[in-house]
Amino acid sequence: MFQRILIALLLIFLVSVSYSRDLGLIARDVPNDAGFAIRLNWQPIPIPPNIHIHRFYLERGVQPEGPFQKVTDLKSDDTSYVDDGSNRNPNSLKPNTNVWYRLKIEYAMAFRQGDSLLVDTLNRVIVSSETVGPVQAKPSWVNPKRLIVIFLITIYFLLILFFTRRARKGLSLFVRKIAGLSALDEAIGRATEMGKPVLYCPGSQGVDNIQTIASMIILTEVSRRTAEYDVPIIVPLMSAFVVPVAEEAVRSGALNAGRPDAFQPDNIRFLSEEQFAYTAGVSGIMLRERPAANLFMGAFFAESLILSEVGFSTGAIQIAGTSNVHQLPFFVVACDYTLIGEEYFAASSYISKDPGLLGTLKGTDWIKIFTIAVIVIGAILETFGLTGFTKLFEIQ
Amino acid sequence: MSELIGLWIAALLTVFILSFLYKDNPFYKFAEHLFVGVAAGYVLALSWHNTIKPNLVEPLFYQGEWILIVPMAFGLLLFTRFIPKMSWLSRWSLAAIVGIYSGLAVVAIAEADFVTQIRATLIPIWDQTKWTQFSNQPSIVHFIHLFTNFITIFGLLTILFYFFFSVEHSGTWGLIAKIGTGLLMVGFGAGYGYTVMTRIALLIDRVVFLLGDVIGLL
Repeated sequence: MFQRILIALLLIFLVSVSYSRDLGLIARDVPNDAGFAIRLNWQPIPIPPNIHIHRFYLERGVQPEGPFQKVTDLKSDDTSYVDDGSNRNPNSLKPNTNVWYRLKIEYAMAFRQGDSLLVDTLNRVIVSSETVGPVQAKPSWVNPKRLIVIFLITIYFLLILFFTRRARKGLSLFVRKIAGLSALDEAIGRATEMGKPVLYCPGSQGVDNIQTIASMIILTEVSRRTAEYDVPIIVPLMSAFVVPVAEEAVRSGALNAGRPDAFQPDNIRFLSEEQFAYTAGVSGIMLRERPAANLFMGAFFAESLILSEVGFSTGAIQIAGTSNVHQLPFFVVACDYTLIGEEYFAASSYISKDPGLLGTLKGTDWIKIFTIAVIVIGAILETFGLTGFTKLFEIQ
Repeated sequence: MSELIGLWIAALLTVFILSFLYKDNPFYKFAEHLFVGVAAGYVLALSWHNTIKPNLVEPLFYQGEWILIVPMAFGLLLFTRFIPKMSWLSRWSLAAIVGIYSGLAVVAIAEADFVTQIRATLIPIWDQTKWTQFSNQPSIVHFIHLFTNFITIFGLLTILFYFFFSVEHSGTWGLIAKIGTGLLMVGFGAGYGYTVMTRIALLIDRVVFLLGDVIGLL
């Protein structure tokens, strides 16, 4: 018995010495970021057969002598960790601040008895590794590994500026006919003949979504036409932030038509921020108020099929537009016309005839030519085993 | 007991919602209004606990991050909509939201939807490794794999032509655009089938809930 205790004490001493020696802990600033991250690497910790690692964790302090606070729990076989302080947690890593790190190992003796492992949890030993620091998370202005992005954005904006100036000068910019948009008049005309409203769903996303912004431009034009024909337009909304924007869009449309009285604030309806509660609400409107035309223009998700199916069952003419690729099949199946992907964004330019938007549309067409050229050149070079060109487009 | 009541309420509401398959009826209306009402309350509580409290109240009032007064002021300006004479002030907040998010979206979209997509298409038209694979194990699958890179590049180029707005889709341009449309539809068909399968799985889940958990038949 005495011999066994002696061996255990000796083992604890040796393991403690081994753990408290240099574990090769290295802390380095993560380059090319906003200054919120430090990468830590260390050697794998040795685990003798009679030792059970109870806890293994990383600590950070703002002074070498402490106090230290726990950053995260680690697995015993971990050898690296990125201390990322990009969240708003008050204990997170701050940019440009000196910090020190150390690893802590909490272990206990373990004995195998038959198939079970008995761990002496009452006598845990806590050992600290060496403390490393000071190290700072430094923010970078430019990430050189993403220069291609800024290069392409610059080309894109220059093209947009060029074509916008041309459009503002009154030079005509040809834009081909988009079938779904030509059907808008047909849909509004049908609603006029039937004496029923038009339903306009601007998607399920907030005003921060680019598709919702494009939808508001289309809504202005649609509400101008409904005001001209004296057809009510119902706009059910899922985001509270979109309510004032949608109100402004419908009001502007009515004003542009010279019919300010056509604007009915009660028809701009906030239903719910919950996806399927909103879907149930819109389905209810479709069934009870029986709109003659349903226009789904914006960012849609799982509600797309339900909405378009319910609209189809009511016999309404349906036009949809979205760039959410996964929802397009449902709109293609259940709607009379669908604006696919970029056609939807083109619609806002086409319909508004705004020089700025038309310039954007022309700019994107030239970017497509550039993209086609890059893909053809890149694919040919890749076929001949030349990979240098491809590497230009690799971002990290 | 409370668990049993909850189970029956869930079962009844499921049946009420499914009754919509027959036609609009008072039970569906009840479930719909309940859903919308409960969701409104739930979202309010969720916004407080997940957004307002951790991102504004705690850092501002307990940790002294006074800069947060600026976004708080912008948030409060949104409520000026209820005062007709001051309602124009709410546009400042909306302008800030739209402007900031559009700016942030430019870089994210340029990276994810543009550069990354271009990079993914810079592949050899003829992949020698696939040929070797086919030579070693001749099969229909390996034979089709020989052409996947070509189909990817060709498909992408024709679809890009379809989204070209500066030329009329007629003649050669029209033919290329038609091929692009056809390939798009093939993709949509596959996506539709895949999603219908997952939706059927959701339906099975509800049927299992009703017949198994509630009635105990399964």
